[in-house]
Amino acid sequence: MEGLNIPLNHILLVSTLLFSIGMLGLMIRRNIIFILMSLEVMLNAAALAFVAAGAHWGQPDGQIIFMLILTVAAAEVAVGLGLVLQVQRRFKTLDMDSADRMRG
Amino acid sequence: MVDMIWLVPLIPLLSSILLMLGSATLPRVLIGLLGVCSVGAAAVLTLLVGLEFLANPQPFQLTLWTWMQVGDFSPGIAFYFDGLTLVMMSVITGVGFLIHLFSTEFMEEDASYARYFAYLNMFVAAMLMLVMADNLLLLYLGWEGVGVCSYLLVGFWYQNSANGQAARKAFVVTRIGDTAMALGLLLLFTELGTLDIQAMMGAADQQWQVGDRLPLIACLLLLGGAVGKSAQLPLHTWLPDAMAGPTPVSALIHAATMVTAGVYLIARTNGLFLLAPTAMMIVALVGLATLLMAAFTALMQSDIKRILAYSTISQIGYMFLALGVGAWTAGIFHLMTHAFFKALLFLGSGAIIHYLHHEHDIFKMGGLRSKMPVTFWSFMIGSAALAALPMTSGFFSKDQILLQAYMLPEAGPWLWLGGLLGALLTAIYSFRLVFVVFFGEAKTQPDGDTGWRMALPLVLLCGLAMVGGYFIIPVAEVFPAASTEHPAHWVEYVSISVPLIGLLLSYLIFHSGQLNVDRLVNSSLGQSLRRFWFSGWGIDWLYDRVFVRPYYRLSGTMLNEPIDAIYGLIVAINQTFNHWLAVSQTGRMRWYVASMVFGLILVLTLALQIPAEAL
Repeated sequence: MEGLNIPLNHILLVSTLLFSIGMLGLMIRRNIIFILMSLEVMLNAAALAFVAAGAHWGQPDGQIIFMLILTVAAAEVAVGLGLVLQVQRRFKTLDMDSADRMRG
Repeated sequence: MVDMIWLVPLIPLLSSILLMLGSATLPRVLIGLLGVCSVGAAAVLTLLVGLEFLANPQPFQLTLWTWMQVGDFSPGIAFYFDGLTLVMMSVITGVGFLIHLFSTEFMEEDASYARYFAYLNMFVAAMLMLVMADNLLLLYLGWEGVGVCSYLLVGFWYQNSANGQAARKAFVVTRIGDTAMALGLLLLFTELGTLDIQAMMGAADQQWQVGDRLPLIACLLLLGGAVGKSAQLPLHTWLPDAMAGPTPVSALIHAATMVTAGVYLIARTNGLFLLAPTAMMIVALVGLATLLMAAFTALMQSDIKRILAYSTISQIGYMFLALGVGAWTAGIFHLMTHAFFKALLFLGSGAIIHYLHHEHDIFKMGGLRSKMPVTFWSFMIGSAALAALPMTSGFFSKDQILLQAYMLPEAGPWLWLGGLLGALLTAIYSFRLVFVVFFGEAKTQPDGDTGWRMALPLVLLCGLAMVGGYFIIPVAEVFPAASTEHPAHWVEYVSISVPLIGLLLSYLIFHSGQLNVDRLVNSSLGQSLRRFWFSGWGIDWLYDRVFVRPYYRLSGTMLNEPIDAIYGLIVAINQTFNHWLAVSQTGRMRWYVASMVFGLILVLTLALQIPAEAL
């Protein structure tokens, strides 16, 4: 197989790095937009790991799962953005901590 | 005429019901009239039936209807009438009538006039049921009926909580005996198949031998009931406290009739007791121990009613002694004479208490001889009979008991000696009462002297207490013939002279003061003995420590339901954890995420610790 041959370890390292960055963002961010973006980063980190693993063993499964993740991410963004709009309307802010009570 | 005996308990019962229903509407005169006349009618009926019976002394049985029918068990509402029943009925209705009459004056100003007579009539009805019953179950009904009436009347002035306490004590302590008696009835029924007294005696005679174990157990259980009701050791503690009730009640229930029910029960089931000589001996010993204990206690009391209460306990002890040595007739005879003179004494004390502003302490009385002559003579005659001075009624009955006790082989002379000591003490304490209350200087002025409704019963009872000893009670058919042997003459002379010595001692100590016992009393031994006897030999104290307090402590512990504490602990643990976890539910997403992440890291770390080959 021609072309750039990046070792699997490196890709997994990048993937882990991305996942960690996303998780950190999830944990420390208060803005709901940034939380959603962190989630996207985590999803993509996982997808990258799948693709890399699929390429390494020459199996199609990795790419199929990547497609699934893409779809799930799209659906998630659709729902997530809807929620963002609702939060913005109700609380007049995007701070997630202001929505810490059950009663709106 | 004899077919009419069912009317005797019915009339007081109906009157009682009428008084309960009409307590708010009936005028006071009518209430008194109804209460007295119903018992009076019962007394007249008893007299008529009695005269007919004496002309033709044939015991008879009258079944009104079958009470209940359960398998082989069909007790009837049935009456049995013989000489013993007649004696008991005469005492109950006769003395009862006089006490009712006395009550109309004694209770005149009481707000609960109708309630008083309703209870008193109900008591008479229940007591008549007890002595007329043909089977032990109906007897038990009457037995419990008088117990309830006693409870109601002891606690008659229920606004004072001490009276309620005394009533509950009377009820609970007699209940202990009643439980034993109920067990005895069950045993008798399972073994003999019937509770009809006459049939039962026959069956017992056929099935059991003298000295068998079953009749002994049955007799001891019946004795338990008798001991509770008749205030004998060890269940006597309720009677002194029962003096909280109105004084005529003490005269009727706690001296003349109800407390002698135990004596009646043993006399009625004499066939059974004859099969168990050991039980007879126990009856005699219980009687002896009780009469001595109560006599010593009576010597120290200062409350006029408590003196009489302990003397009642002591005299019933004599009756038990008589029953125990097989002197059935003497026991019942003493029951009758005791009913006369003790009712007289109680009514006399009632008159004193009534006209002396409810004063009970004999040392605050004194010099009443000239102020209340009727009461004085009542007390003189009553005390003479109680002390068994010659020619009074008590002399004849007590003398018979002592002599027959002496004739018992082996233990006889000892029982006689104990009885004699009791007689000496009886004479001392009864005349101590007379000398302290009626002689000496007056300390409290009475409001007046007795009216005719108080004086008439006193005078009539005086007569009975004097001549009652000459009555011949028609119980020869009921009991096995007593031995006709007579003890040596010196025994009789000693028995007669001992009460006179007691009178003399009492005179020297409490009236003339020639015999000074102050040094004896004031010595440290004398003081502690005094306190010991005053408290009734510390038996109340003992029961308080052994039964009452541990029970209170146990129930105090149980009040907090210690077993529930285990389940309470489980609940508390769950609630604590719930509380801790509820704190962590902040609603902040970032915290949730962080905790998930750290949890995940933790789980992964732990999972990596497990060696690969173990997976």
